[in-house]
Amino acid sequence: MTSIEQVIGHSQHKSVLSRILNIQAFWVFIAAVLACLALTFMTDSFATERNLFNVARNFAFVAIIAIGMTAVIASGGIDLSVGSTVVLAAMVISVLMEGGNSFLLSAMVAILAALLVGFVNGMLIAYVGIPAFVVTLGMLSAARSLAMVLSNNKMIYEFGPDHDLLLWIGGGSTFGLPHPLYVLLILTLVMSLVFRWARWGQYIFAIGGNEQAATLTGIPVKQIKVSIYMFSALTAGIAGILMAGWLGSVTTNLGQAMELTVIAAAVIGGANLAGGEGTAVGALIGALLIEVIRNSLILLGISAFWQGMFIGCFIIIAVTFDRIRRMRASD
Amino acid sequence: MSRLKLIGLSKHFGAIQALQDVSLEVAPGEVLGLMGDNGAGKSTLVKIVAGNFHPSEGEIRIDDKVVEFSKPLDAQQSGIEVVYQDLALCDNLSAASNVFLGREPMRKFGPVSVIDYKTMSGRAAELFAQLKSETRPRDLVRRMSGGQRQAVAIARTLLSEAKIVMMDEPTAAISVRQVAEVLDLIRRLRDRGISVILISHRMPDVFSVCDRISVLRRGHLVASKPTAASSPEEVTGLITGAIETA
Ligand SMILES: Nc1ncnc2c1ncn2[C@@H]1O[C@H](COP(=O)(O)OP(=O)(O)OP(=O)(O)O)[C@@H](O)[C@H]1O
Ligand SMILES: [Mg+2]
Repeated sequence: MTSIEQVIGHSQHKSVLSRILNIQAFWVFIAAVLACLALTFMTDSFATERNLFNVARNFAFVAIIAIGMTAVIASGGIDLSVGSTVVLAAMVISVLMEGGNSFLLSAMVAILAALLVGFVNGMLIAYVGIPAFVVTLGMLSAARSLAMVLSNNKMIYEFGPDHDLLLWIGGGSTFGLPHPLYVLLILTLVMSLVFRWARWGQYIFAIGGNEQAATLTGIPVKQIKVSIYMFSALTAGIAGILMAGWLGSVTTNLGQAMELTVIAAAVIGGANLAGGEGTAVGALIGALLIEVIRNSLILLGISAFWQGMFIGCFIIIAVTFDRIRRMRASD
Repeated sequence: MSRLKLIGLSKHFGAIQALQDVSLEVAPGEVLGLMGDNGAGKSTLVKIVAGNFHPSEGEIRIDDKVVEFSKPLDAQQSGIEVVYQDLALCDNLSAASNVFLGREPMRKFGPVSVIDYKTMSGRAAELFAQLKSETRPRDLVRRMSGGQRQAVAIARTLLSEAKIVMMDEPTAAISVRQVAEVLDLIRRLRDRGISVILISHRMPDVFSVCDRISVLRRGHLVASKPTAASSPEEVTGLITGAIETA
């Protein structure tokens, strides 16, 4: 029996340090910290309470959805419809609240609408067998169009009796921290646990690692796939509601092109587009780095048009880094 | 008593006759070598017994009782385990996770239940020790040798009380030293009274572990005889059709 204990112990001790050094999110985190330090010295405006508050709030929206996206990517899929799900959820809650409904009821219907989007995505992908890229690309178009129909393409800025509540939830703060950040932190904590300790989490990674193997072992792959796309849509729906409250007004171009930023955040944070890898903390850190870059360009007076260049480079660097690490590991 | 008995098994895919009237018997603790050219129907036979395919005709008996499988889980519950040709493992998960995939032990904390990694690692380590394999439960499968991967796939079959383990070309893509390892694994299964059906194209492997050899040719069973009463030359002839039947 001692030999078994030894065997288990041996692999556990394989130096915590070397394991951390092997995590992509760790290096991205270092990059973000360095960027923050540099900005603190180079500008007077970065390390102000106001700016940090804005950074914290802004990155939370992307990070929340990036956690949902991480689940999708880890299962070997992709969800291009999250930006449109954001606007659909935001529009549903806005229209309902404008019509005099309570926040709670409207928010629940908005979440249901988002879940329905995810359900349709998941069913078409898992049961009909259409590639995720195609299904969610179609949904990107369809869901935004639905939001336009709902609102007649008008801006909504009156939210009925619970107007102030919505603005407080999305745009307010408690103990100096913006509310979306609380949502993000809770989601990160819960999903970190779920990814590691729940069967559902384990099966996401199994499906992403080898879908055929997962099927052969009797895992209900199709049902789980549907639930993954519903989860992704849920995070987009939550973000949509929070963004409606933050902005205080909703137009039909809300969340446009957001899917790209979200996917970038997930990938920079270590989600593997080939499936099988990704963490909630990584998604958070990836989103943080993107927001810090965006913020620094503004503060340094560099044209915002350069933002895409930086994010693009980071995606490629992140994936290259992963390649190199893998090559070293296989030697 | 026969552990597994196939009677008049046939399977066609549209116009393709993959198996035709195959009858076969495997005793408890017997290792049967199933040979045949590419497309002879070996994998099809395994998949029928494993509950992946429904036979077009014929019946399957386990311990002399007729069984009917509509899904792989049914076969598993009857004590049939399969190591698939293309090793159904998830590279990104640990050895222990792969062994337990789909049947993870859970621990309850009030309303939530979480995967019991500790039990999983301990149990997996025991199984690897039984198989005398130097596979560490927490290592990622990605970093493992072909022999270790086979050990993981085979350890899966020991989790439940398997009666029959079918292996589809377990030695196809691994080094000579690892082949010896896998053949040892097969002998350990046999020593535990488990019947093994080994599909292989490698004559030396089959002749070193199998008690009996059956040959499929274009869906027909053309021979089934004790290894001692046959020879590699005869089997080669049977596979290619140079020898009609034996
Ligand atoms: N799902 C399927 N649909 C249609 N035809 C199939 C299917 N599976 C197998 N076949 C056909 O059945 C025949 C037997 O195939 P099988 O895979 O059982 O051969 P095999 O003996 O395992 O060959 P190999 O040595 O190449 O693995 C082949 O002609 C194959 O094309
Ligand atoms: Mg085959």
